[in-house]
Amino acid sequence: MAADPSENSQQYWIRNLRLVFTLLFIWAVVSLGMATFWVDALDQFRIGGFKLGFWIAHQGAMMLFVVLIWVYVWAMNRLDRKFDVDEE
Amino acid sequence: MNVQAWTFVIVGFTFTLYMAIAIWSRAKTTGDFYVSGRHVSPIPNGMATAADWMSAASFISMAGLIAFSGRDGSRYLLGWTGGYVLLALLLAPYLRKFGKFTVPDFVGDRYYSNVARLVAALCALFVSFTYVAGQMRGVGIVFSRFLEVPVNLGVFIGMGIVFIYAVLGGMKGITYTQVAQYCILIIAYLIPVFFISFMLTGTPIPQLGMGGQMTAEPGVYLLDKLDGLTTELGFDAYTDGSKSRIDLLFITLALMVGTAGLPHVIIRFFTVPKVSQARTSAGWALIFIVILYTTAPALAVFARTNLINTVQDLEYSEVPAWFTKWEATNLISFEDKNGDGRIQYYNDANTDPEFLAKVEAAGWNGNELTINRDIMVLANPEIANLPDWVVGLVAAGGLAAALSTAAGLLLVISTSVAHDLVKGVIKPNLSEKEELLYARIAAAGAVCVAGYFGINPPGFVGEVVSFAFGLAAASFFPAILLGIFYKRMNKEGAIAGMITGIGFTALYIAYFRFINPDADVAENWLFGISPEGIGGIGMILNFIVSLLVCHLTPTPPEEIQAIVEDIRIPRQTAAKAPAQDFEI
Repeated sequence: MAADPSENSQQYWIRNLRLVFTLLFIWAVVSLGMATFWVDALDQFRIGGFKLGFWIAHQGAMMLFVVLIWVYVWAMNRLDRKFDVDEE
Repeated sequence: MNVQAWTFVIVGFTFTLYMAIAIWSRAKTTGDFYVSGRHVSPIPNGMATAADWMSAASFISMAGLIAFSGRDGSRYLLGWTGGYVLLALLLAPYLRKFGKFTVPDFVGDRYYSNVARLVAALCALFVSFTYVAGQMRGVGIVFSRFLEVPVNLGVFIGMGIVFIYAVLGGMKGITYTQVAQYCILIIAYLIPVFFISFMLTGTPIPQLGMGGQMTAEPGVYLLDKLDGLTTELGFDAYTDGSKSRIDLLFITLALMVGTAGLPHVIIRFFTVPKVSQARTSAGWALIFIVILYTTAPALAVFARTNLINTVQDLEYSEVPAWFTKWEATNLISFEDKNGDGRIQYYNDANTDPEFLAKVEAAGWNGNELTINRDIMVLANPEIANLPDWVVGLVAAGGLAAALSTAAGLLLVISTSVAHDLVKGVIKPNLSEKEELLYARIAAAGAVCVAGYFGINPPGFVGEVVSFAFGLAAASFFPAILLGIFYKRMNKEGAIAGMITGIGFTALYIAYFRFINPDADVAENWLFGISPEGIGGIGMILNFIVSLLVCHLTPTPPEEIQAIVEDIRIPRQTAAKAPAQDFEI
């Protein structure tokens, strides 16, 4: 743990940004990419009764959004404790 | 008991429940009134956020909207849920740490400027008023359709209910009633769909049933069947899209960013006790929302299939009872254009020669069935022959959805007026008691204005609501985001950005929708982006202008930079007093 409190906050902030960028990148690729822009290409594949692109657009992407937020919650709580900035 | 008796009993019961909660959770301080004393834990806050967010439009209209736009309906599904990821990751925890009451509070303090506060407060008022007008109308319509009272009387009853619990209870009353309203609306939405899914596909879980095989025709997937039915009638295949990809992308983006920038959604994250709980409540909120939002596209598929199978080429004298009942309310109407006494439902705008030849051979003379999309949810229990109490439940669910959203919006309006305009700009030395009084007067005034618009709806409400997202995306979102993530951002940059974003978006929309509607075709659009999606471009312009102007003007003061440092760290620093200071 860095001794200097401002150094500590700096590190915490950089880790936070890295996490947020990674998750938002996945968010954008799936919702704007796979569900919108490349949807026709993905529709050539099928899972059960669904065309793949259609399923992502009408079901899958929304479920992924939920997962992304909870991954963020979990990772941030860990980060808060690690850098000793949590609210306990 | 008949349908109407059941509806009275169920709606009466739910209204009594809301009243009891309102009296139990009466607001005593401005802290209670604006942010429920910051005592709400994440799961109830998630439910309240979900009820706040899902309006009459989500409950009644969305499934129908998707049923008639097929795969392109994804823009609503993704647009209205994807914004929560932005909200959770980029805004909610920091705004909670900032620890004030409203979005204009943040904008005004972060940009050390009352001009910025004023611009933000006016944007918040504009967005909330356009929204709330639609909600009150929704209340009136549900009342009139299910209880057979006039629409206006329905609006008055709705105004009365919202008045009592929003004006007395403030955010505290609203939050706990919204928890109850979420439970009622989700049960009401799911029960009919479970039954229909089971009847059509043999599985009660609609998300699976939608991709399953049909019980009536084993081996045939429901979606393939529906694709076949729609193409046969000259429509696009249900699982294909017709909008241009760039337009679809920008509409989805504008709806997502707009969702994250809407003041009545953001304000919910001020009510939890801790920063970490602001993150968790966004997670819960999205779970509760996605339960309904993943059911809606399944319902859309079931309803469209059922509709085509039931009415296509049916002898008019043999229509089922629900058809006649909803015909009386003009939600569905039949005009026998070729005089053969049968209903022909097809796409008469299709110009494919092969299809035209088929139409000719069958002796069809134009589409004869006009269907309002709201029928997909409202008439659902009857189409599926469900018991009478389910119909009453759907009515109570629609009312819960409309009332909860209206109450949340009224709170934003009263907060903007009392806290941001009166206390923030006009009379800064207002006492706590006076401010609470102003907030209640503003809430009461807002109920009356909303009621007026509910009774005399301006024709453009529906249009304006969808544009509210574009305007929120182009104004609030970049200003808040840069305020948190870019320490160098100053007031000149933020104000210039907000004015450019909202100005550009509003002008583009006004030009194509009101000034020169004839020009509203794809060839004339900027980069092929329709007015619905232009908020995305407005947001990008806002970012560019903000950054340019900010680098040509002085850095923000030291103490502002210290605030930005502070909101990035969850732990409460010693210098900052806890929110409980506001008790009287």
